[in-house]
Amino acid sequence: MFDNLTGRLAGVIKNLRGQARLTEENIQDAMREVRMALLEADVALPVVKDFIAHVKERAQGREVLQSLTPGQAVIQVVHEELTKLMGGGTASLNLAAVPPAIILMSGLQGSGKTTTSAKLARLLKEQKKKVLLVSADVYRPAAIEQLKTLGQQLEIDCFDSNAGQKPADIARDALDYAKRHFHDVMIFDTAGRLAIDDAMMDEIRQLHAQLNPIETLFVVDAMQGQDAVNTARAFNEVLPLTGVILTKLDGDARGGAALSVRHITGCPIKYVGVSEKVDGLEPFHPERMASRILGMGDVLSLIEQAQKNVDIDEARKLAEKVKSGKNFDLEDFKAQMQQMRKMGGVGALMDKMPAQVAGMAAGMSSEAGDKAMSRIEGIINSMTPLERRKPELIKASRKRRIATGAGVQVQEVNRLLNQFEEMQKMMKMFSKGGMAKMMRAMAGRFPGMR
Amino acid sequence: MLNFFKKNPEAAQPEERSPTWAERLKQGLTRTRKQITGQFDALFSGGKIDEDVYEELETILLTSDVGISATQALLEEVRKEVKRQSLDDTTQLREALKEALIKLLEPLAQPLDTAGHQPYVIMLAGVNGAGKTTTIGKLAWSLQRQGKSVLIAAGDTFRAAAREQLQAWGERNDVHVIAQEGGDPAAVIFDAVNSAKARGIDVVLADTAGRLPTQLNLMEEIRKVHRVIGKALPGAPHEVLLVLDANTGQNAVTQVKAFDDALKVTGLALTKLDGTAKGGVIAAIAKERPIPIRFIGVGEQIDDLQIFNAREFVEALFA
Ligand SMILES: Nc1nc2c(ncn2[C@@H]2O[C@H](COP(=O)(O)OP(=O)(O)O)[C@@H](O)[C@H]2O)c(=O)[nH]1
Ligand SMILES: Nc1nc2c(ncn2[C@@H]2O[C@H](COP(=O)(O)OP(=O)(O)O)[C@@H](O)[C@H]2O)c(=O)[nH]1
Ligand SMILES: [Mg+2]
Ligand SMILES: [Mg+2]
Repeated sequence: MFDNLTGRLAGVIKNLRGQARLTEENIQDAMREVRMALLEADVALPVVKDFIAHVKERAQGREVLQSLTPGQAVIQVVHEELTKLMGGGTASLNLAAVPPAIILMSGLQGSGKTTTSAKLARLLKEQKKKVLLVSADVYRPAAIEQLKTLGQQLEIDCFDSNAGQKPADIARDALDYAKRHFHDVMIFDTAGRLAIDDAMMDEIRQLHAQLNPIETLFVVDAMQGQDAVNTARAFNEVLPLTGVILTKLDGDARGGAALSVRHITGCPIKYVGVSEKVDGLEPFHPERMASRILGMGDVLSLIEQAQKNVDIDEARKLAEKVKSGKNFDLEDFKAQMQQMRKMGGVGALMDKMPAQVAGMAAGMSSEAGDKAMSRIEGIINSMTPLERRKPELIKASRKRRIATGAGVQVQEVNRLLNQFEEMQKMMKMFSKGGMAKMMRAMAGRFPGMR
Repeated sequence: MLNFFKKNPEAAQPEERSPTWAERLKQGLTRTRKQITGQFDALFSGGKIDEDVYEELETILLTSDVGISATQALLEEVRKEVKRQSLDDTTQLREALKEALIKLLEPLAQPLDTAGHQPYVIMLAGVNGAGKTTTIGKLAWSLQRQGKSVLIAAGDTFRAAAREQLQAWGERNDVHVIAQEGGDPAAVIFDAVNSAKARGIDVVLADTAGRLPTQLNLMEEIRKVHRVIGKALPGAPHEVLLVLDANTGQNAVTQVKAFDDALKVTGLALTKLDGTAKGGVIAAIAKERPIPIRFIGVGEQIDDLQIFNAREFVEALFA
């Protein structure tokens, strides 16, 4: 699982030492590794084949052949091409229509259409649009109720349809309602359907004809496998899709479906879903997705974010202490956690780590980690400055006082002190062995990790 | 049931569909498969075995989500078999691959047996949208047909209208659904188990909210639900049924490992096999974390749940 492309290519390229260049044969091997990486990331086989053929040409080009680090050059080419393929097109919603601008949602069962409808509505409300949510899912029990509940939560109008109606009638009445109430946008949620269910595909084709939406979005689960190509092709044949939304990206699927669907439909991926909650919608970043598919992590954006949010001077000072492994006390421990939080919390951090590192640290989660961090901060806050500097002073009675102050059990104070001790040990390791070694050591010891 | 048809005259007519899921699957699959490659049949209608044939077999496996490493292992096995039996015909080769798959899956085809405990508590788990709630609706129906009394616990207290969805399935089955306004999933299920004990119910079906293995707090929460069930009834839950969506790619392996590590999963249900997805990842799962496969979901209707049959499943993979 942890084999990312970088690691695999390193294996291929190793044979190159001394030759310093790629040969015909090595490119063949390198491409085989790229193929494996893409398949492991669930990119559909026909798409992998097209992609490899395309990339191979570039990999045989002069820039790669003449590079002193051909392995990296190959990765760069692969990464660039993936980014190029997944990018392009307008990534935001097109609402340039006579109001109401209609957005039609489509996709398989459980892909996230209803949740995404609410997320989009929320986004548009923030842009001061008057939005109407409509559900024409008369099949799944309580699907209409689900959208109504979400609409209520967000204080966004939701059309009063019911499961006894025909979707076509709901479309007609809702459109009429939206016009009369001057809604800027109408988001039309539909039932999930299988691409081979002719009757249901016909239904949505007719809904499209009736509504003439400016956006017809295809909602895809990021965990989807090889069948993504078949589904996407079938939906694209029946509906003139204008955009794709990739959901459940907060999971750990590599998300090869993004490439498959983009390749088959030619539609831009407009947003990604990153949580079950209504605010969990983000713009799509093709280069980040490329890194994710290749298992390379999002190192670039990690650095970007670190630079944006972290006090560089303070970070440097901390880094010095960490490096030397000396004088690293609980005060520093706390400062370090605060910096992590500024960088978006443990979860955000791990998302952006290369798969290899994140894999080792598997078990660390956003919320569990973040919650653990604030508890720890609470405990440290209940200590005196002296105790923070010299944790070895903290014995039974002090522990009790600290626990009471922080509102936790004494065991938790004990755990923190143990963790801190481990941390100090790791700091020393870090000064000797660098980041990778430290991450390995961290697994299981850091708050929120198992 | 009546109620259901009334409410939804167009959606619910199972008898209009093809009689068996295997046939239905076959129709769908053949179509798609032809779209992708077109000429499998020609390749496998006898003739000499060469590398092209192996490549086609590899394609079948990979495009079914079997995954790289399980595919390679299976093909290796088949190559050995070809040598051992001196096979020289492509039809035989394909059969050898089918047998390899059946050998892998057959031992896992263990139907769920709810005898032995009363109440027998089944806890469902899985990622968001996999089909947990729907599977409960179908399970309640099939258990009642076996003469068991059923109680449902609405343990998804998170997703909007999850409770209403489950209650609709309860109505269709005429089964009582224990639910609370908002509230704590462990508490709801705890109540349900106690209520089942008091009423002498045979089977409790406990729904839970969808969660991704990366959401450690939610994984912790479901562990707690599991523990609390054990407090209401020592030894329960008797079955932890992990629901997997057949559309899922290699992440399904991760899901199985994560939920198994957290809960000790005792059975799998593979849903949405009525589409074009083949659910081949189950072969990778069988290699990496073998867990009995109980059911397959083949539609959205109440009777669209079937007992997993390895041979039928493998046939559908090659259809
Ligand atoms: N973690 C996560 N869950 C999501 C996301 N989008 C949708 N879901 C969940 O996936 C499940 C199915 O979503 P729903 O909107 O009902 O799908 P629909 O059947 O296509 O309408 C629900 O449990 C949602 O909460 C996402 O981006 N992240
Ligand atoms: N075609 C098909 N759809 C299914 C199957 N099982 C569940 N679904 C649909 O998948 C969607 C999500 O199911 P649900 O039970 O709500 O998933 P949960 O979030 O895991 O509880 C719903 O639209 C169901 O109707 C199946 O076997 N076949
Ligand atoms: Mg929906
Ligand atoms: Mg559910």
